[in-house]
Amino acid sequence: MMGIFVLACKKNQPVKEEIESMFGFVKPVNFPEPEYDFDNNKVTKAGFELGRALFYEPRLSRNNTITCGSCHIQSSAFTQHGHDVSHGIDDRLGTRNSPPIMNLAWNKAFMWGGGVFDLDLQPIVPITTHEEMDESLDNVLGKLRNMPKYTGLFRAAFGTEEVSTARFMKALSQFMLMCVSSNSKYDKVMRKEGGAVFTADEREGYVLFKEKCASCHSEPLFTDGSFRNNGLPPNAIKDQGLYVATLKDTDRYKFKVPSLRNLRFTAPYMHDGRFLTLNAVFQHYTEGVQDSPTLDPLLKKDRTGIALGDQEKVKLTAFLSTLDDEEFINNPLLSEQ
Amino acid sequence: MLNAVLFLSACSKKEAPAPEFSEKNLAPFSVEFDNIVGDRTLSFNNSASLYRNSAGEEFSISLVQYFISNIKLVTTNGNSYTVNPDSSYFLINGADKGTRFAKVNVPEGDYAKLTFTLGVDSLRSTMPVDKRTGVLDPAYGGGHNLGGMYWGWNSGYIFFKYEGNSPVISDNVNGDPTGKKQFKYHIGGFGGYSASTINNVKTITIDLSAGGVAKVRKDRKSNVHLLVDLMKVFNGKNNYSIAAHPNVMFSDYSVSIAANLVEMFKHDHTEN
Repeated sequence: MMGIFVLACKKNQPVKEEIESMFGFVKPVNFPEPEYDFDNNKVTKAGFELGRALFYEPRLSRNNTITCGSCHIQSSAFTQHGHDVSHGIDDRLGTRNSPPIMNLAWNKAFMWGGGVFDLDLQPIVPITTHEEMDESLDNVLGKLRNMPKYTGLFRAAFGTEEVSTARFMKALSQFMLMCVSSNSKYDKVMRKEGGAVFTADEREGYVLFKEKCASCHSEPLFTDGSFRNNGLPPNAIKDQGLYVATLKDTDRYKFKVPSLRNLRFTAPYMHDGRFLTLNAVFQHYTEGVQDSPTLDPLLKKDRTGIALGDQEKVKLTAFLSTLDDEEFINNPLLSEQ
Repeated sequence: MLNAVLFLSACSKKEAPAPEFSEKNLAPFSVEFDNIVGDRTLSFNNSASLYRNSAGEEFSISLVQYFISNIKLVTTNGNSYTVNPDSSYFLINGADKGTRFAKVNVPEGDYAKLTFTLGVDSLRSTMPVDKRTGVLDPAYGGGHNLGGMYWGWNSGYIFFKYEGNSPVISDNVNGDPTGKKQFKYHIGGFGGYSASTINNVKTITIDLSAGGVAKVRKDRKSNVHLLVDLMKVFNGKNNYSIAAHPNVMFSDYSVSIAANLVEMFKHDHTEN
């Protein structure tokens, strides 16, 4: 507050420049270096604002009804709460659960089943997918070119009015890169902020987590970004996950390890949203893991699955709730304006 | 009279010695991709006169499109020149005659060997979005259902897109459930980003000495005229039936089809 007051005393133009130069991507101190190449796409205020407008723009879909935000709802940590699989254009249903737009700067690969390795190319998938937006990129750019709102936003972000694939993608990336969830109770405890401490249950749950979950859901992102088969019985459509993108037998039924952040807001769980509650997830790991040639070796060490007693589940749940980040889901900067 | 003039000029061309090879002394050169189907010319959706493959299956063609890139030439003296990759990507669209030439600039010289890639190599398939311009722009071609060659879900490009119709295609899930009896071959696969996957990038090398050395000079437009036989897609090194494989996209079987694609290109003649 003080800083802003001092700045405001200066002349108008320098204030604006100063505020804009302060805007950008900041790595949380307890997070590792990001994977995304920011040298090729520095986040600016104007670029972010264009990206945000595009994220909430229904013209990205064939009949101008679906936005990115339709299936990635901020209050649900940018997932589609209550939907096992994504619900897109013309009430069509996809085959996978809408993943959170969260901490993507640290992602090496995108989609539950991989296939996309660059955030700047990711939005093409939902835009062109039949069950999601069912539109061509070419048409989207054409629609935007005809809107004065966007010619202005593109000029502000990139210097000229030109609406190109690269600019469109980079602006969307800038918005998504700023969707950082790093202010949960866990983060505050780790950063020793404001005297935050775990309760006894949370602390014991943290110990259990490190013992039983952390080898795949590694801190501080709570995923190691790898693709693994966690022993889910194949679903009705026999979705084989990573295999479809690599055609390697060793990749059959492998899906990306999801983050455990914001679980309170992101139910249902798994690539096809088959589990409605955390209890169902625990039940899977204790009793439901199905052995197969690609089952992750970590799930067949002493037994198939993970041993968890009822008390342990309670404590683990207490710890996992410290990963919920209210500031993230309520951040007005990330909302539709 | 006209014949005599032509004769004279042809003589003078033949006698012109090859200039000294210099990468700074560039002149126009083109490769022409003239699509044919067996011993017939290419026409689209010609249901009145269907083509017939060696399995006896009749078919028509509705779309053929492919990437040609990384053009390289070798002179009769063994000097080689690789065109800058930034200006060496071409999308040949069978329905648009204007796209049948890959036009580049190369040093003046007499060239006996031509090499090019069918597809988009791994370096270009994984480059940042700002470098994906022109025919490599993911928005180019109006989307996947039209002439678009970008693969979104498994990021990369379709190298060779070939679609058409055949009465042998069933109306069930093993054929075309829409009842349109369409076949679709979308062949791609650059080898994988983080782990190795199928690689259908093909390099084609053509000896020009029999069909005509390309004499590239500033005052001429040397053009290597290739015939591209689309029948080879079905009947090359591997023979397959449309009925058995009506849709091949990113799958192991695409490797067998890609092996056939290298056989499509034959040097017919060179216009110097």
